[in-house]
Amino acid sequence: MVTSILHRATGVVLALGSLLMVCAFLSLAAGPEQWAHFSAFARSPLGFLILFGWSWSLAYHLINGIRHLVQDAGYGYAIATFVRNSWISVFGSLLLTALIWVLAMMQRGGA
Amino acid sequence: MSASNKRLRTPLKNARGLGSAKDGTHHFVLQRITAVALVFLSLYVVGLIISLVGDDYATVHAAVARPCNAVLLIAFLIATFWHAKLGLQVIIEDYVHTPWSATVLHLANIFICVLAALASVLAVIRIALGA
Repeated sequence: MVTSILHRATGVVLALGSLLMVCAFLSLAAGPEQWAHFSAFARSPLGFLILFGWSWSLAYHLINGIRHLVQDAGYGYAIATFVRNSWISVFGSLLLTALIWVLAMMQRGGA
Repeated sequence: MSASNKRLRTPLKNARGLGSAKDGTHHFVLQRITAVALVFLSLYVVGLIISLVGDDYATVHAAVARPCNAVLLIAFLIATFWHAKLGLQVIIEDYVHTPWSATVLHLANIFICVLAALASVLAVIRIALGA
């Protein structure tokens, strides 16, 4: 039950986050000055919080979404499997979020 | 048709799957098609963003302008806002039952998703064409 409502909640978060992504593309198209404003915002504490929440939402919605596609195909409905797959969605998304940020930090360190 | 069938609908009508909404499974199918596309496209975009962490304006601009990236980014943006429109529509249908609120929210959902898709796609095209 929790995984289902989380799928919707993360979907709404991702929709709102996508509007910020529109801002990113618009500022990149508008020129270096606007891009500097945007990247300054993305590097601020609030920007970090948004990016972090967005990355976890994406990870969760992605993994749980694949689970939904598997269920659409008719698999994964036995109660034990269903519960196990719920935990895969939860812990898999935390793992994927950690991976994203470790790679991003490594990239920043290497750049 | 068997003699016991007392309904006036022909079996073909059921097979076509069009109920009173005249829409059938179209919404369901499109939600899944965009979902499958986004599994691949979102992983690609996350990879692209990570590869550009810490880079300056010119590098990021050049990366987005590369034809392969521009095409995949536009595909990602269209799939994202299409998928978002379909998903938010279901949430509004499930939780908002006041006639006017529901109508206003449905219209806002459609308008905002379409405008966001158009604006971001235009931005990527401007970058790709060297604006």
